[in-house]
Amino acid sequence: MALTNDEVLGGLAELITDETGIAAEEVALEKSFTDDLDIDSISMMTIVVNAEEKFGVTIPDDEVKNLKTVGDAVTFIVSNQS
Amino acid sequence: MTTPVLTQAQGPAHTRIYAYGAARGELVVPNDDLVGPIDSSDEWIRQRTGIVTRTRAVAETDAIDLATAAADEAIATAGIDPALVDLVIVATISNPRQTPSVSAIVADRIGANPAAAYDVNAACAGFAYAVAQADALIRGGAARYAIVVGTEKLSDVVDPTDRSISFLLGDGAGAALIGPSDYPGISATVWGSDGSKADAVTMNATLTQFRDGEVPWPTLRQEGPTVFRWAVWEMAKVAKQALADAGIEASDLAAFIPHQANMRIIDEFAKQLKLPDTVVIGRDIETTGNTSAASIPLATHRLLQEHPELSGGLALQIGFGAGLVFGAQVVVLP
Repeated sequence: MALTNDEVLGGLAELITDETGIAAEEVALEKSFTDDLDIDSISMMTIVVNAEEKFGVTIPDDEVKNLKTVGDAVTFIVSNQS
Repeated sequence: MTTPVLTQAQGPAHTRIYAYGAARGELVVPNDDLVGPIDSSDEWIRQRTGIVTRTRAVAETDAIDLATAAADEAIATAGIDPALVDLVIVATISNPRQTPSVSAIVADRIGANPAAAYDVNAACAGFAYAVAQADALIRGGAARYAIVVGTEKLSDVVDPTDRSISFLLGDGAGAALIGPSDYPGISATVWGSDGSKADAVTMNATLTQFRDGEVPWPTLRQEGPTVFRWAVWEMAKVAKQALADAGIEASDLAAFIPHQANMRIIDEFAKQLKLPDTVVIGRDIETTGNTSAASIPLATHRLLQEHPELSGGLALQIGFGAGLVFGAQVVVLP
């Protein structure tokens, strides 16, 4: 069954906390990965790979560059769930 | 008239590494020396790469000098007469003179003339590629004792303003003497390439473009996040295959010695392999930087100096880099 936006946001927040230590409540849709959450490119890629596994989606390298905000990532994952 | 039957070469059943040698650039370059042109900081570099200093060679020292010093040490430590070395393989991407090969000159300098000698261009997998070849050529009877060297003077191909890879790179050479053995000392190699990702790590221009005044001196570039994903998650599969082909488990390892690309890659890689705490991990990158083909033997040499108890233990080594290319095998540490 496809996950909702809120469920994906919650799951993504867990992955971000695991990788960076950022509190889950800091992870909101409008937050920028780089400017607001200060997540560097290597941590971002670790989160992407873990998100692929957790949500069963494929996130190509070229697509990662377009995921500027947490909301971008949630939208991509929700719309690409198998 | 009967047709004469050819004699084909046949070598020993097993090979092993007898000894390592190392040479690093004379200069210790701290992060603070490089941060200006990339508008960065010591903290930024440490956080993203784990590098505190990198060693770089002075202008008068080239990759051939570094290779010679490392090979001399490996031969001396092994206690083998250099005249018995009949194969010299040098892995390098940074010698600014395409021909003659680095290996032929090194063979002569170390007293191994007229050994068979050739260079390997497999970037950061070069040492693993060269070990695979030396092992196969000795077991096939084409050689008896081989010197395998990874050597780089990468400081000749860096751009001080590049934020992708230049600040990671260092100069050095690592060598191993490989010869016949009574027991299996080098496992099957898992190796390969993916040229569809040729642009992920690459020189940013050709020498002919430079000659024609179209571009500045060509230097290295990489797509960091792409390389990170490939280097950890794809290479973890290769590493696991190398363990399986060697017939061992991760818990059998004494050491894990990946190419010293970036400390973040090494840490995540170790995590993916679920290595037990008993496995010592090569982390030479912290003070030597990324030396491409030289990084695995340099890290191994250092581990053996700092942990002599590792001698006789099993080490998984894996190289991966520009090509993209990769190579992994398990070796018994001398």
